[in-house]
Amino acid sequence: MRPRSSWHPWALLGPTLALLALFFLVPIGVAAYESLFSWDMLTPPRYVGSANYAALAAHGELLRVALRTLGYSVLVVTGTMTLGLALALLLDRPGRFFGFVRASVFSAYVVSWVAVALLWMWLLDGNSGALGGLMRVLGVGPLSLLGDPRWALPTLAVVGVWKLTGYAMVVFLAGLQAVPRSLLEAAALDGAGPGSRLRHVTLPLLAPTAAFVATTSLVTSFQAFDVVRIMTQGGPARATELFVYAIYEQIFLNLSVGRASALTLVFFLLLLAVAGLQLRAGRARSGVSR
Amino acid sequence: MIARPHGRQPGLRAETVAAGALACLAAAVWLLPYAWMVATSFKTLPEIVAHPTAPLPEHPDTGAYREVFATLPVARYMAVTVFMAGVIALAQIALALPAGYALAKLRFVGRGFAFGTVLACLLVPAQATFVPVFLLFAKVHLVNTMTALVLPFAASALGTFLVRQAMVSVPDEMIEAARMDGAGEWTIVYRVLAPMLKPTLVSLFLVSFVFHYNDYFWPLVMTTDDHVRTLPLGVALLREQGTGVRWHIVMAGNVVLSLPVLALFAIAQKHLVRAVSARG
Repeated sequence: MRPRSSWHPWALLGPTLALLALFFLVPIGVAAYESLFSWDMLTPPRYVGSANYAALAAHGELLRVALRTLGYSVLVVTGTMTLGLALALLLDRPGRFFGFVRASVFSAYVVSWVAVALLWMWLLDGNSGALGGLMRVLGVGPLSLLGDPRWALPTLAVVGVWKLTGYAMVVFLAGLQAVPRSLLEAAALDGAGPGSRLRHVTLPLLAPTAAFVATTSLVTSFQAFDVVRIMTQGGPARATELFVYAIYEQIFLNLSVGRASALTLVFFLLLLAVAGLQLRAGRARSGVSR
Repeated sequence: MIARPHGRQPGLRAETVAAGALACLAAAVWLLPYAWMVATSFKTLPEIVAHPTAPLPEHPDTGAYREVFATLPVARYMAVTVFMAGVIALAQIALALPAGYALAKLRFVGRGFAFGTVLACLLVPAQATFVPVFLLFAKVHLVNTMTALVLPFAASALGTFLVRQAMVSVPDEMIEAARMDGAGEWTIVYRVLAPMLKPTLVSLFLVSFVFHYNDYFWPLVMTTDDHVRTLPLGVALLREQGTGVRWHIVMAGNVVLSLPVLALFAIAQKHLVRAVSARG
């Protein structure tokens, strides 16, 4: 439709565009600019060129943070998608009982990360936690999962899977409702059993849903912070120092604005790359299935 | 109930029994941790030390809750948190309506650019902006204020996008009729279109409210001062304060923090689930 006056659209859009630009687009530019300076927020900033990036890349620290974050994300995405799909297929049944179980699984997604992280710290407590105590009695695992550099990151990933599986399940359930029943019935008439209907009809039709879940969960877990800040503070021995926590440490513990900005920019570009690759892969896959 | 299940043919008894058993297992994995949280919150310190893995408190005791309310200004934290989340959710709707209307219904030069800007912001999370935004707020002395907590989220790229998608399906005739009646653009947006988009707006409000009520990251980096602290920060602080086994107190704080969201979820499950599973 034609606007009644040429300035109307801009008046309607103005507040939104101004706020979005100020708080989401301009900051990326500011981060890029600040990353060229050395500044501790007390003394005047000093231009250092690319020295912040060089310092971060030295000794492979930046690469380690990136790989660690990617590793955590891959664990969480694989776990939530497998469990989420399995639960969606299992719980896509009529009846109040299955509805209750669906709601139970999804409730973890609705509750605060703070509550979930604290609850799991207590469950895993090596001395008196329910799971920690059980593992000690059975004699499996290390004395303290969160205190062991090899086990801390996978443990955080398990907590992430518990928290986010409900999200994957709900999206897969929505995808399942879009699978035409006539197609399943036709396959059954052609003699396809439940297993082969699942493999040849349901799963291919869920491919676009799976690509969507994969992209959104990967981007979400790439930004993980709360679970690290509360459960491990990046430890032990930096084993759980993920990207956003590393940025947080640079600005609030080391008071290094330049390095925090450089890390922020690298983080943002990686996030874009990850999301872009996922979207392309998803598009290619759903194209093949059609 | 989450989503509408496919009707399955009866019969296949064994399959149904197996599905029921697996569903019970899933319910246990997701509900037992909550049960453990609630049970711990009603225990006493001597009990936790003596029988750490006893499933139920021997003598249910509300001491942990009294301790939470004594060490934290719970009422104030709750008021700050609900106010912050409520204002953000309302502002997002108030701004997304006119913006979504312009993007969906008006033809003008620069619309593609404006829509592109909104879509670009979808790709930028708060975790990638907090350093520069913190510096900006520090420069204008707004760190530790409600403004720093609310303003960056007053406009939502996702909200604008979803409202725009919903507006597309509103027939042009509706708007033309309102214009013939002499309604101005703002009247059309808030009085004519908003009521028609009620389901979308309710979902948007709930998702945004719950997200910001739960949010730990932004209040943590934008506040150092107690008077604008939110409840998630306060509860996380329960564990950092003091020493030794305080898990009954931390779990009591956890219950206080989670109960309102779980209650809201129980009431408005359909809206929350629909909003989350809606694929843009």
